[in-house]
Amino acid sequence: MDPAASLTPDLIPIHLGPFTVSATVFFTWLIMLWLVLGAWWITRKLSAATHLRRGQNLLEVLVLGICRQIEEISGQPAEPFLPFIGTLFIFIAASNLLTIFPGYQPPTGSLSTTVALAICVFFAVPIFGIKRQGFRGYISSYLQPNPIMLPFNIIGELSRTISLSVRLFGNVMSSTMIVGILLSIVPLFAPVVMRAFGLLTGLIQAYIFAILAMVAIAAATEAQNSSVKANLSTEKSATTHLTQ
Amino acid sequence: MDNVVLIGIASIVMGGLTIAVGSIAPALGEGRALAQALSAIAQQPDEANTITRTLFVGMALVESTAIYCFVITLILLFANPFWAYVIAAAEG
Repeated sequence: MDPAASLTPDLIPIHLGPFTVSATVFFTWLIMLWLVLGAWWITRKLSAATHLRRGQNLLEVLVLGICRQIEEISGQPAEPFLPFIGTLFIFIAASNLLTIFPGYQPPTGSLSTTVALAICVFFAVPIFGIKRQGFRGYISSYLQPNPIMLPFNIIGELSRTISLSVRLFGNVMSSTMIVGILLSIVPLFAPVVMRAFGLLTGLIQAYIFAILAMVAIAAATEAQNSSVKANLSTEKSATTHLTQ
Repeated sequence: MDNVVLIGIASIVMGGLTIAVGSIAPALGEGRALAQALSAIAQQPDEANTITRTLFVGMALVESTAIYCFVITLILLFANPFWAYVIAAAEG
């Protein structure tokens, strides 16, 4: 495999009849189709009985887990954030975990996809912030703790977008790349181990992307400070209790 | 030596240096974080879940600096813009 081609799936063409699209777009569509059809098929017949079907059980565990994580991080009710954060997590996790299938190129290994996701977060932060605090309240949060910090707050917004996108891209691309390099050095068993490690990294990166997006949104909606302080004080009392 | 050779040498040397130097600091930082987390879990085993979660997130954050260096190295080696510029200029 040409190493430069494993740098990004953008360069791999896929022919669909008369059209040619890049592997990034093709596999993104495939994942979207799979997620939407799967969600539709499972939620077609929901039951409130004690005996659940397997699919419904899986989705309930997933959604409730995401809800609990959001509530723990933000200290706010999860409902307003669940669609956005949950979509980010499920899409990234699906696109990273499907690498167990041969011939699949993770779309998150392309900088275009990750930048698009990070730009979604970039716009979601002010939208949630303005919805919660009002326009004046949100804009004035840029002047905290004092107006001199305004340029640094703006730089922070931009650099968060860059770091979110490059982190995800770098991790996914590097695991693809390592497998490509290992295939040319020790083709027998080592690539399988690194593939398995890539699954772990992919899931953790999906979790981290969602967590960091949630932290940014929670900071913009401001209930964050009080809950962090509450957490810190409870931890402090717990440690003092233990040392005594 | 013409420009192409110079840029090739500089790219290869800097690619190696970037990933070598850039992986030292995150490795030290991650080791420290892991040691602290282990002693914290030893002191408070009940909080192991929270500590592990925070540890994973923190480690991924620390590791991202090494990943940035890795991306820069790959750009230098496989998608070098200066190399492409010199080649394009040489072709006219």
